[in-house]
Amino acid sequence: METDLLKVEDLRTSFYTDEGEVKAVDGVSFILPKGKTLGIVGESGSGKSITALSILNLLASNGKIVGGEINFKGKNLLSFSDKEMREIRGNAISMIFQEPMTSLNPVFTVGQQISESIIKHQKLSKKEANIRSIELLKLVGIPSPDKRVKQYPYELSGGMRQRVMIAIALACNPEMLIADEPTTALDVTIQAQILGLIRGLQTRFGMSVIMITHDLGVVAETCDFVAVMYAGQVVEYSDIFTLFEEPKHPYTIGLMNSLPRHDVEIEKLEPIRGNVPNPKEMPTGCRFSPRCPAATDLCRREMPELLKDDDGNDVRCWIYSEKWEGEAEVTVYGEKRIAKGHGSETILSD
Amino acid sequence: MTKFIIRRLLQTIPVLIGVSILVFSLMYLIPGDPAQMIAGEAASPQTVEQIREKLGLNEPPPKQYLKYMSNIIQGDLGNSIRSGRPVADEIKARFWVTVELSFYATILAVFIGLIAGIVSAVKHYTWSDVTIMIVALFGLSMPNFWFGLMLIQWFAIGSWMPDWMPQMRASGWGDDWKQVILPVVTLGTGGAAIIARMTRASMLEVVGQDYIRTARAKGMGERVVIYRHALKNALIPVITVVGLEFGGFLGGAVLTETIFAINGMGRLTIDAIRTRDFPIVQGTVLIISFLFVFVNLLVDISYRLLNKRIDLN
Repeated sequence: METDLLKVEDLRTSFYTDEGEVKAVDGVSFILPKGKTLGIVGESGSGKSITALSILNLLASNGKIVGGEINFKGKNLLSFSDKEMREIRGNAISMIFQEPMTSLNPVFTVGQQISESIIKHQKLSKKEANIRSIELLKLVGIPSPDKRVKQYPYELSGGMRQRVMIAIALACNPEMLIADEPTTALDVTIQAQILGLIRGLQTRFGMSVIMITHDLGVVAETCDFVAVMYAGQVVEYSDIFTLFEEPKHPYTIGLMNSLPRHDVEIEKLEPIRGNVPNPKEMPTGCRFSPRCPAATDLCRREMPELLKDDDGNDVRCWIYSEKWEGEAEVTVYGEKRIAKGHGSETILSD
Repeated sequence: MTKFIIRRLLQTIPVLIGVSILVFSLMYLIPGDPAQMIAGEAASPQTVEQIREKLGLNEPPPKQYLKYMSNIIQGDLGNSIRSGRPVADEIKARFWVTVELSFYATILAVFIGLIAGIVSAVKHYTWSDVTIMIVALFGLSMPNFWFGLMLIQWFAIGSWMPDWMPQMRASGWGDDWKQVILPVVTLGTGGAAIIARMTRASMLEVVGQDYIRTARAKGMGERVVIYRHALKNALIPVITVVGLEFGGFLGGAVLTETIFAINGMGRLTIDAIRTRDFPIVQGTVLIISFLFVFVNLLVDISYRLLNKRIDLN
């Protein structure tokens, strides 16, 4: 499959703590086609950031990828040596982080921090790298870049710092950008600007983007595909239109119901009851079953597989399998639907 | 930056005045009449009165202080009671000996402390970390007069090891480099231990920061991440400790100088206290305090150079 830039299969990442192994990511699979944007959505602690850090192998020292494959342009990144990975990081795959206030090194100038990766990956001289840094600052919309390049991070606002982070990420024309909640720490107005900037640069340079967020609004605005994560697993993977028009997994439906929308009138928002399970005490069976309104004994007993349909959309829910008997009623945005079926189609009626 | 240095220099003036008032008051804080003490128990009242007159002790204290200060500014710290020579000359002869000893001890402490701290932090919770921290705990806990004596016992008088090292420093520095080693080790060990612990703690905090992950995400090698991105940040608190240690060595050299019979300021002070040579005590305390203030000023300036976030105001 030439068009798939990144294909993650059954990724498993664990952390080893004093209290034992914590399976932060437990069987995550998704595909990122070239030039497209994939959203990874989920609550805090669902494993979305760990998934992203696993791709670049930037896990904390007690974290380890214990299984699966991360195929980037057909090569499994997990088989790469440390040195080979360093050639990938900041070069073919770049990453920007949630906290612009702390993600830049306080004792180096903006210019030094951008130049560093240019000098390493593109073997330019210090002077050439500085010129390129100024170009990059201009590209990410920082006014008077020749002045800013000599400044220290503390002299810049949060939005400006995130732009600098983007400039660092773009320094070596990466094929893929991982944005880990790039706008969470920013004001709403700045959020829109930063998202606009990332999208603009993506179309301009044909980058593929992984957008990690807990905000379905951001997903709707930026993504082509979405992987919904819950408790370390992908529970639903589909294209953006299917996801918003026909969410399948009860968790996705719950997320939708807790989101205000301007095009649907509803009296009050439905929150998802309960909390994300503690990764040290995962429920048996489906991990969402304790909070799922449709859960049955089957759900509580056995973990559902990720079911694939013909359009390449996946869902991890018994309702859509052959094992499910009878009908299941779900409420999407105040509208009752009957969800039933297996694999390829969902029967909807009111 | 120049403005910052000038401002900091101006700020030291009140501190120095305060120090000089304290040092001046030493004379009065000590029980007994200074003139009587200078003259000795057996002296006649006339002699005592003469001395009192000569030292200006009959004047009101504020006036005496002003006179004392104006003399200091002219470089006159009074005369030693015992030798009769100017205090400034007595100190000058010993000053560099102590500064040199403290300087070498600081270099040793920084060199060993930094390396041990970095290794400990990079390999934290491994046996090398544990070993380094245990050794550092010993280094920190040993009183240096005892450690100095042990070093002499082990290395200088041939009871355990061959007598490689001289027991004391009889000649000037540089005549025999071996004379430098034991005193510097004695003085510097505690500092090395403190710097090692400080560096380790600071490095551990810094390597968990987001910007270290950013550096790795840029594809930087572990060496660059540790020595360029982490160390420069981790050094900021360490610098303060190094400055304080150097200042502490200047004052703390007293014991080391006594053990190794080094004619430095520490020994001068001890001898002066024993013989109640007040002008010398005042002079050495004053000089050491001024040095301490100056070292702190240097720490502030280097702090500012390292950490761009420290505002000039």
